[in-house]
Amino acid sequence: MTRPAARSSGMAGLLLALALFLAFGKLLLPEGLIRPPEWLVQPFADWINAAFYFLQNDLGLMALTRAFSDVVEWLLDVTANLLYGKSRWPDIGPIPWIVVAATAFMAGYALKGWRLAALSGGTFVWIALMGQWKWAMETLSVIVVAAPFSVFLGLVMGVLAWRSPRFERILNPILNIAQSLPHFAYMIPVVVFIGVGPKAGAIVTIIFSVPPMIRMTLLGLKRVPEEVIEAGKMAGSTRWQLLSRVRIPTARPEILIGVNQVIMQCLAMVVLASFIGMPGLGQKLLQLLQALKIGLSVEIGVTIVLLAVTLDRLSKAWALRLPEHDEPSARWLHRNRLLVIWLSLCIAGLVLAQFVPYLHEVERKQALSVAGPIDAAMDQVIRVIAPVTAWLRWFLITWVLIPMRDAYLWLPFTAVLALLAAVGWAIGGLRSALICLGYFGLIALSGWWDRAMITVYMVNISVLIAALIGLPLGIWAARNPPRAARILLICDTAQTFPSFIYLIPVIMLFGVNDVAVVAAVVVFAAVPIVRYTIEGLSNVPPELIEAAEMSGATRRQTLWHVRLPMALPTMLVGANQSVMFSLFMVIIAAFIGTQDLGQEMQRALSSTDVGKGLVLGFAVAVMGLMTDHLITRWSEDRKRALGF
Amino acid sequence: MGPNVTETVISCRSVSKIFGPDPVGHLARLKADPQTSSVGYVQAVRDVDLDIQRGEMLVVMGLSGSGKSTLVRCLSRLIEITGGSVTIEGQDIASLSETALIDLRRRKMGMVFQSFGLLPHRTVLDNVAFPLEMRGQDRSTRYARAREMLDLVGLKGREGYFPRELSGGQQQRVGIARSLAIEPDIWFLDEPFSALDPLIRREMQDEFLRLKGLLNKTIIFITHDFDEALRLADRIAIMKDGRIEQCDTPDQIVLHPATEYVAKFTAEIDRARVVRAGSLARPLAAVPEGDATAATLTIRDLARHLVADRRAVIPVADAEGKIIGGMDRQEALDVLLGDAK
Ligand SMILES: Nc1ncnc2c1ncn2[C@@H]1O[C@H](COP(=O)(O)OP(=O)(O)OP(=O)(O)O)[C@@H](O)[C@H]1O
Ligand SMILES: [Mg+2]
Repeated sequence: MTRPAARSSGMAGLLLALALFLAFGKLLLPEGLIRPPEWLVQPFADWINAAFYFLQNDLGLMALTRAFSDVVEWLLDVTANLLYGKSRWPDIGPIPWIVVAATAFMAGYALKGWRLAALSGGTFVWIALMGQWKWAMETLSVIVVAAPFSVFLGLVMGVLAWRSPRFERILNPILNIAQSLPHFAYMIPVVVFIGVGPKAGAIVTIIFSVPPMIRMTLLGLKRVPEEVIEAGKMAGSTRWQLLSRVRIPTARPEILIGVNQVIMQCLAMVVLASFIGMPGLGQKLLQLLQALKIGLSVEIGVTIVLLAVTLDRLSKAWALRLPEHDEPSARWLHRNRLLVIWLSLCIAGLVLAQFVPYLHEVERKQALSVAGPIDAAMDQVIRVIAPVTAWLRWFLITWVLIPMRDAYLWLPFTAVLALLAAVGWAIGGLRSALICLGYFGLIALSGWWDRAMITVYMVNISVLIAALIGLPLGIWAARNPPRAARILLICDTAQTFPSFIYLIPVIMLFGVNDVAVVAAVVVFAAVPIVRYTIEGLSNVPPELIEAAEMSGATRRQTLWHVRLPMALPTMLVGANQSVMFSLFMVIIAAFIGTQDLGQEMQRALSSTDVGKGLVLGFAVAVMGLMTDHLITRWSEDRKRALGF
Repeated sequence: MGPNVTETVISCRSVSKIFGPDPVGHLARLKADPQTSSVGYVQAVRDVDLDIQRGEMLVVMGLSGSGKSTLVRCLSRLIEITGGSVTIEGQDIASLSETALIDLRRRKMGMVFQSFGLLPHRTVLDNVAFPLEMRGQDRSTRYARAREMLDLVGLKGREGYFPRELSGGQQQRVGIARSLAIEPDIWFLDEPFSALDPLIRREMQDEFLRLKGLLNKTIIFITHDFDEALRLADRIAIMKDGRIEQCDTPDQIVLHPATEYVAKFTAEIDRARVVRAGSLARPLAAVPEGDATAATLTIRDLARHLVADRRAVIPVADAEGKIIGGMDRQEALDVLLGDAK
């Protein structure tokens, strides 16, 4: 173990020395070693465009996507009619809000109890009273259509991947890339094929949320205990019976967790799809943010958060609900009491809504609003803290952000590559070094080096600050179990928010600039760090801590020498997520003004340039994949060293 | 003793099962050179030859990991064997097509699993009715039958429960009820009573004996409990490291262990409860006068009689009262009191 380690650290040192040499010898370097020379840059975008042109025109794929999108559009029209009364078949909507709220209430009650009922019922009451019904229903109507599609597609692909290991081997890297592609990269091809609007929004949502469903289906099917399958076989099940009556039902918990993830991904994407003309809460929020109407955007933000938490809790409650027997009761009424109560509530709601229009639809002028007070309060707060934020902004921009950005841009690309190779070598030897080189080499070849470096710098600084905040917070929280549980709950909840939401408070505090972007990314990226630090520290076996205490270690020594090393593999998972989250967030934040890949991606989106958009998307994806590779590798080594 | 009709139902010829990356290749290498290193492979079943008669209850015993469960899985083709052949009612099961295999299982086989293998998303009633459902029985018939079976194993009133709401023993009884529901001809029972309390265990044993006697079932029964084996077994097979060390009637195993291992394995048993008068009987030159004892009685049953009867050789008679030989009293007393050997 020591010999190869020594050799690899030697090689890593050599590569590091090369990187330093290239950096400090920059003045001596030929231009071609500082920036990728023209002849090296490959026209990836043109190739992709050609491929898309071929798919679009010569393969008849256009017809297929049109057919698919027609089906989706028809379904969208139906839900749009039911939920907010768009005049389409079946022309019976809109359902009065009071009925929807009662339904949400009963769903919460049936799945978990009073508290979930209050949350989900209350969410819809809030939406209605605040006069946001139409926007929220526009958003929901897409989720209602997209989520089942994604679930179905994911289930089918998951089963196929489980059936054929070869298919799984092909699918796996595709899923890895798909899950590291930023949201916008999905939108551009969809815009090319389908155009903008709700239909495109729904389809991009469907595509975006399929991967986790495939993963969870596969996981669930693999986890079915062998004896359960054997019992099925001995009962004389055919393959189909085995799949449909034994395997899939037994994998139910994992599959439902997949459904939960699909719903959350759908919500995140639907909100963002406002960039391609998807009406609804996201579009409203985007407009309000661009107009800097803070109070109103907070109102919408609260709605999105409530909706996210409600959808998450409802679907999780469904997934985690263990089967429970009903007391045998002959009375139909008693067995189906929840159904009966729900139906009577609905009928009562419908009747009431006939007589009290307020219960049918809350007019804009009747709507409550807290925007005024919020704006007033915010003005007060901002007046008080303005000197602090102004100073912070000035300090960060002049002393941290700009110098750092300039440093990243100043570095010769060869130095960066050598540095990455050194890191790769130190962590995983030759193979990892080559992987790092390959991934970033692709970025160099793509011709977007400078933009990519700005993205890298933003992610680096954000994750760094997030770690500086998140690690102590996590360590502090883990000291006391009830506190740890509380903070974990907060983290879990925060992770369900669509990323877009994080922009509201930072724009409020810092205005529209780099600091706001970094602040949003920091908050978003700190959540997984806190969460996994707590989990890692809380799961250290108590015997180990006792043993350390018995040998006279102080609390600090125990922390540094026992708990943190034991928790490191888990914390690394957090770091990994944190990097992924910040990559996504940096790209999303582009619309408030950055000069990185995200900004270019927005441009590609508005000019529907698939090639450029996808190249940029892949550039972001390879950053994520490289980090993922390095951290996973490192974490596995640590685990092995700790004997897990 | 033994089945009345001798018709071989299951027949194994040098069955082997190896787990590992290249089982078939490994088996070939082992055949060529028995010294081949088996690192990375598990030889769960080695060269098993076995014939099981119709109506017979074969009990398989052995330490944990000796390959009992694997052997039973080979017999039902839940796993594909690496070498050898398994024949059921004259048909090599390895050659069966998928549909034929499914058909065979539906018509003939039942199994109780060591860790129950219940379907977690189905109620107890639906679990028991599951094999019937696979057979395409309609709802009311299969529920009626399932209810009957649940009554039999003492789970009346729990029909609507889910497996996770039951205790280990109750879950095991659901598994038993499920296999009873279809009354299979060939029954594989992998430690079916391991989680039951002694009372219910005895009731279940009686139930199985009754069914076996009634319907001439062939049963392969795995257990760790010698008392249970002695109550139920026509023959006992003792396994060690995947091999069957000995397969014989209980008293033969106790009286004439084939290997050191079997001797050690059976050392703790009270032999007087196993050995029957018949197996101690030797041919007689002259029949001693006086009453004869029945061949089927164990030495424990005869204890009082042995102490009182002063004859050196006691005649033994079969069920029809015909004298089949004489039992040496000293030898019988040795069995009863534990001899020096
Ligand atoms: N699917 C498998 N893959 C690899 N090895 C296996 C597999 N199943 C069983 N084995 C191995 O085969 C050997 C025999 O296992 P088996 O389950 O047949 O033992 P057993 O006699 O039933 O033990 P127990 O009394 O504990 O149930 C064990 O060493 C086990 O580790
Ligand atoms: Mg076993």
